Amino acid sequence: MKSRIIMIVGSLMLIAVFFKPIWNITLEAPQYPIPLGMDIYIDRFEGANDEFDIKNINLMNHYVGMQYIPESIPEFKSFPYIVGFMIALGVILGITGKFKLYLGWFVLMSILGLLGLYDFYLWEYDYGHNLDPHAIMQFKNPDGSPMGFQPPLWGTKLILNFTAHSYPRAAAFFLGGGMGLTFVAFIVGFFENKKKKLNL
Amino acid sequence: MKSIFKPMLSVVAASMMLASCGPDLGSADGANNSVMANDAASKTYVAPGDHDEFYAFISGGFSGQLAVYGLPSGRLFRVIPVFSQDPEKGYGYNEETKPMLNTSHGFVPWGDSHHPDISQSKGELDGRWVFINENNTPRVARISLETFETEEILEIPNSAGNHSSTFVTENTEYIVAGTRFAVPAPQKDMPIADYKGNFKGSLSFIKIDPNEGTMNIAFQIRMPGFNFDLAHPGRGKSHGWFFFSSYNTEESNTLLEVNASQNDKDYITAVNWQKIEEYIAKGVGTMEPAKYAHNTWNDDTHIATSVMEDEVLIINPEDVPGAIYFLPTPKSPHGCDVDPTGEYIIGNGKLAAALTVHSFTKMVKAIEDKAFDGDAYGIPILQFEAINYGTLEQPGLGPLHTEFDTRGNAYTTFFISSEVVKWNVKDLKVIDRQPVFYSVGHLMIPGGNSAKPFDKYLVAMNKITKDRYLPTGPEVCQSAQLFDITGEKMELLLDFPTIGEPHYAAGCPAELLASKSQKIFKLEENKHPYVVKNEAETKVVREGNEVHIYMSMIRSHFSPDNIEGVKVGDKVFFHVTNLEQDYDVPHGISMIGANTSELLIMPGRTETFVWNPKQEGVWPFYCTDFCSALHQEMQGYVRVSAANSDIQISYTLDDEVPGTEEDL
Repeated sequence: MKSRIIMIVGSLMLIAVFFKPIWNITLEAPQYPIPLGMDIYIDRFEGANDEFDIKNINLMNHYVGMQYIPESIPEFKSFPYIVGFMIALGVILGITGKFKLYLGWFVLMSILGLLGLYDFYLWEYDYGHNLDPHAIMQFKNPDGSPMGFQPPLWGTKLILNFTAHSYPRAAAFFLGGGMGLTFVAFIVGFFENKKKKLNL
Repeated sequence: MKSIFKPMLSVVAASMMLASCGPDLGSADGANNSVMANDAASKTYVAPGDHDEFYAFISGGFSGQLAVYGLPSGRLFRVIPVFSQDPEKGYGYNEETKPMLNTSHGFVPWGDSHHPDISQSKGELDGRWVFINENNTPRVARISLETFETEEILEIPNSAGNHSSTFVTENTEYIVAGTRFAVPAPQKDMPIADYKGNFKGSLSFIKIDPNEGTMNIAFQIRMPGFNFDLAHPGRGKSHGWFFFSSYNTEESNTLLEVNASQNDKDYITAVNWQKIEEYIAKGVGTMEPAKYAHNTWNDDTHIATSVMEDEVLIINPEDVPGAIYFLPTPKSPHGCDVDPTGEYIIGNGKLAAALTVHSFTKMVKAIEDKAFDGDAYGIPILQFEAINYGTLEQPGLGPLHTEFDTRGNAYTTFFISSEVVKWNVKDLKVIDRQPVFYSVGHLMIPGGNSAKPFDKYLVAMNKITKDRYLPTGPEVCQSAQLFDITGEKMELLLDFPTIGEPHYAAGCPAELLASKSQKIFKLEENKHPYVVKNEAETKVVREGNEVHIYMSMIRSHFSPDNIEGVKVGDKVFFHVTNLEQDYDVPHGISMIGANTSELLIMPGRTETFVWNPKQEGVWPFYCTDFCSALHQEMQGYVRVSAANSDIQISYTLDDEVPGTEEDL
């Protein structure tokens, strides 16, 4: 019984991604005492410290020929459905109480999560390397190759005069915590099942 | 994640500092610390990047503007253009702000600003607006304390020399305007020598809208032709009254320095405005024709409009018995100040060597008892002894103005003996006196005209500096001097130059304003008729011989930046929108040969200047504000052809017509 509740609670914790940002990229520089920041939600980008942050990031980045951050990307259309489906599936599995399937859910969600991160990396790579050849300022690496401006996937990195931070935000912790709980549900379910068998 | 790391790092850093520096801190002896505490420099030192504790809005006097300083550093942050043109900001030069300086006499490019005062709620500063008056062309202005820009200017009819102004009542019900130079009211052609009994000194009560702050003249009291000098509202128990000092009750029209100094006593006029409101509700008063400009700035359209008002409600003192009294006060009282409790009304008889303190409680009783000493033009004169609380004898020479702390002390400036004197109001005893350099006029304690002064600092504003700074030819600056008033003795901390004449000032704690100070104007809310919301909307349109350029600016280019088809004799309007939405990214624009100032345009705002091309050629324009790394490249050209040329209007950015390809 306990495992079912944990499974349902764990799945429901994913609802947080519809309300809270998942990831954040923040750019610090001396002339930005309030840093520029972008929050990434399941379905949109949003200025983190000011509603016009993204416009201002675009304005800064045009000097080095980076693309404008798009209003929307295809992932914003599909991701909410995928997560919604996984929440529903998790709750249904919890109700049925088939604990082995909890592990299946956890693995599937982990794969989806890793794919999401990979997708994010690909976008970041393109964003940081696919530069306008007519860029106002063109920087080269010491080896002569064009300098890229890719923000870190996770961590902090110095990019010219900006210090870029890329870290998970609230919804990512709910996502990770919820997924963790579903794994706990599997373990608890495993022992509940063992006990049940012994009692028989 | 960052927000978790940072506190952790700082804890680590702090513990390291404690471990390594602890013994050193411990060895610093007490004497050294007290030397630091007494050091005036350390009290006014605001470290780079740190903020001041107070805002000080210091009038620019004959500059016509209002300057914003920080206290205790004395650093100048901004000059807010109010009554004078300011080419630096385009104020009074661009098409949008020109109406702000319109008057019944037409466009007046200059003013003489005097007494700023911050709006109040329940007797305390609320930091919504600061009001300031203009002496020469009688006007009052309202400045927003979110944008720090002038939002409204109202001319005062039937008046001349609007000196006793602005002075906010305790819920910002009213500000007032007076008449320093009695004039025929309404104006008419008559012999100057017939002044006495015929000239009038109007006292205007300007109603402030409690939500929008908009100003309207509620009524004008047509007083005898005395020279009304300064004013202060009652507060607390005396709320509902207003007190105006006057000189020249002799009603002299020539050589006033002698002829207006003959009477032993002049008057402080006490006006019960609540009673007058009741009379008006009953139908008292006459609407008279009058012509005065009412100029209003609109932050949605970014445009000012000037409306010529055509009537004003006149109240004759004889029609409002029980509402106006004269308080006899020795020797041409200048300042007329009310203490934070509202009980004491202090008349600074500028030719006397004494300060007169009237009691509001005694005044009310004297009115009840009809303790009158005759009347002047039908207005009862209260008996001096019946209203007088006492006199501070021999405090100095030439008392002008008084402000107060919360501990029952008053601080009065003395122009002739060039000093500030601290005295106790109840005891009528001098506590301390400090020289100022030189010839002090007003003084200011933040919140000084309110029930709750913030009595840490006092600013004395001096008319003369002579040898105080490095000389700069015959014309040298005037100055302000900062005193610490937390102790028994006043301590001079700082001496800083000001713009124009630092006539009077208003101050308030920084936290009242800093957090609500506006950063940008939102482009999406910009309703200027010539706004462009993005580069695709930029264009050039010919209407007869007028050419309208709908131009945008963003780091680091104009759109369009190549314009052809303009002809000699055209009237070219540059309507320029700053598309930036980031804090502190203004752009400027100026055009060679334009007979006007630059524009300095804040993010999200649209401004317009007019250029009359007089010669054929190709003429550049450029950004005047160092906006970005590519500021030098922010430039463009207008081709001007002969008047009879048949070249059509065309415009491009990067060889494309804006709007024909995807833009930001």
